[in-house]
Amino acid sequence: MLFPLLRALGRRPVTQPALAPNPDDLVQLAQSLQERARARLGRSLAIRQVDAGSCNGCELEIHALNNAVYALERFGIRFVASPRHADVLLVTGPVTVNMREALLRTYEATPSPKWVVAVGACALDGGVFAGSYAVVGGVGQVIPVDLVIPGCPPTPRRLLEGLLALLETAK
Amino acid sequence: MESSSPLMVFLAEKAPVFLQAPWAFVRLTRPGWCELIARLDTTPAWALLALWAEPKDVHAALYDEESGAFALVALACPEGSFPSFSGARPGAVRFERAIQDLVGLRAEGLEDQRPWLDHGQFPVRHPLAASPEDQPPVPRAATDYAFLPTQSNVVLHQIPVGPVHAGIIEPGHFRFHANGETVVRLEARLGYVHKGVEKLFEGKTPAEGARLACRISGDSAVAHAVAFARSVESAVGVEAPPRAHALRGIMAEVERIANHLGDVGAIGNDAAFAFLLAVCGVERERTLEVAGACFGHRLMMDTVVPGGVTVDLAPESIERLRAWAARLSHEAPRLESLYDSTSSLLERTMTTGVVSAALVHRFAAGGYVGRASARGFDARTAAPYPPYTDLDVTVPVFSEGDVDARMRVRLREIPASLNLITALLDSLPEGPTGVPLPTRAGEGVALVEGFRGEILTWTRLGADGRIKRCHPRDPSGLQWPLLEAAIEGNIVADFPLCNKSFNGSYSGHDL
Ligand code: SF4
Repeated sequence: MLFPLLRALGRRPVTQPALAPNPDDLVQLAQSLQERARARLGRSLAIRQVDAGSCNGCELEIHALNNAVYALERFGIRFVASPRHADVLLVTGPVTVNMREALLRTYEATPSPKWVVAVGACALDGGVFAGSYAVVGGVGQVIPVDLVIPGCPPTPRRLLEGLLALLETAK
Repeated sequence: MESSSPLMVFLAEKAPVFLQAPWAFVRLTRPGWCELIARLDTTPAWALLALWAEPKDVHAALYDEESGAFALVALACPEGSFPSFSGARPGAVRFERAIQDLVGLRAEGLEDQRPWLDHGQFPVRHPLAASPEDQPPVPRAATDYAFLPTQSNVVLHQIPVGPVHAGIIEPGHFRFHANGETVVRLEARLGYVHKGVEKLFEGKTPAEGARLACRISGDSAVAHAVAFARSVESAVGVEAPPRAHALRGIMAEVERIANHLGDVGAIGNDAAFAFLLAVCGVERERTLEVAGACFGHRLMMDTVVPGGVTVDLAPESIERLRAWAARLSHEAPRLESLYDSTSSLLERTMTTGVVSAALVHRFAAGGYVGRASARGFDARTAAPYPPYTDLDVTVPVFSEGDVDARMRVRLREIPASLNLITALLDSLPEGPTGVPLPTRAGEGVALVEGFRGEILTWTRLGADGRIKRCHPRDPSGLQWPLLEAAIEGNIVADFPLCNKSFNGSYSGHDL
């Protein structure tokens, strides 16, 4: 078991250099985030991920943020297990009628100030599932959304840019 | 297809058989359907692979494990009901509950009459029925669900978990009845991510349907798209060109490897061995990077369409895939030896979450769940389709049925898939990557091995070439019920480990 650890010591890190925030997201954020919130948040973000009906593709790429290549925690951003510990809800998927109440309850359980980031084409407007009897629509149909990170699914790089924009603006 | 198979002999006595290799299509009468159920009761080798319905017909997919024959049987239900398979095959219970919810056909004799996918929130009742608006839905709170009661002479406590879970995973509800640390019973309530996929397929062209098929379960984008494409191709009677088959095969094996790497790491992490997750996470990331660079999408969505594929491999991409495969072939045995030499991890995985071979056979559970419990079924060898018809597919099978065995199936499948990719790259046929589809009505079925197990997709096309119905049966449909058996008698703290070793798809199950 020790051997791979020792081998890793002799190698360059796989972690990528930090990215510059995406300017488009910054513009969008400037509109949605209040001065008051910036002062209170500080440079650390606790994120609670909520799958409101996704195909799981978005979750796979969100997972990738935690791998050693993207290493999200070095930016002070981490995923937490309870909405009560969260600043940000990262919501994926079209909201299904069966998940609507659970999403609302999760939102209500998150203390203010709080932000909602909608991840993926489905979270924006229902994506390929829009119009179904079983789907309410995008996340914005159920709770207020502060930032949308589009893509199907967005790549980890794109997710990182979006989250960094949130952090930079909220600093 | 074996004409001497007992299943075929039985069906041929009942009604004319229409062949579409390897499948036999038979339309049964009601007495024939009842006889089939009685016969299933005494013939454990006949597996029920899927059960679904159209507004006036119910369909079942059967497989004779001994002779290797496949059959699709259908029954017209003019009275709006059909005799239930649930007494003979417990795997049918959830399929029939879903049929009752969505199509509105009643399963006669089904004991568990609780709604399954309908949580009382749909704006219509029986959305897949011929005229769903006829009956208004019955208003019901989302939390209104009668979990099965327990009887015990000690006080059991309940632990409700979900639908929103602590990790970055899909939603579902698990209700544990526990005696102290020990789980007495687990009951899952699923359906939270039901998106009405079968209804969404209606009226789509095959090309539009392929986009939806990729998104049935995002981790199996390629496998579901290939299953959908093959079902359409069999409905209209065309075969994709050889280069398309090879490219589909390469992508399907890359997808298998990426998911197995993710699962191996996650299982280690759920036993508090984060190092395995770190190592596997990097290998998975490298794999997805290569997939993105070579096929234009990290999860390879929208690359497979009925008739062929929408991507091709440039010479540089072939070299890049070769380099990735060579590197990972070198790393894969190291992953296995890392797992093998970590006794604290083995202590958690061995003898945990055991599923018996008898149960796996009774439910016809496939993939690593089946292969960890001595059921060696793999669609690539049981019903070979191109490109696997020309390849030597290694299918690792274990018999312990515990978390460790499900882990080992994955660890062994990584090098096996790498060998297949190398073989496919070595013999990549030249030529077109797609053929046009004729516009015609038809019914087709396909069985395709995804990383999780076999996907069975059945599609009916109308005369305008558009989809009338498509039913994709994800492997998790037959695996989820076994998780409830796996956790029985284990400690609550081992649930994440058992759950990860199954890694059932919520989205694929809920549709
Ligand atoms: S945006 Fe794409 S990947 Fe994400 S949940 Fe929707 S279909 Fe799946």
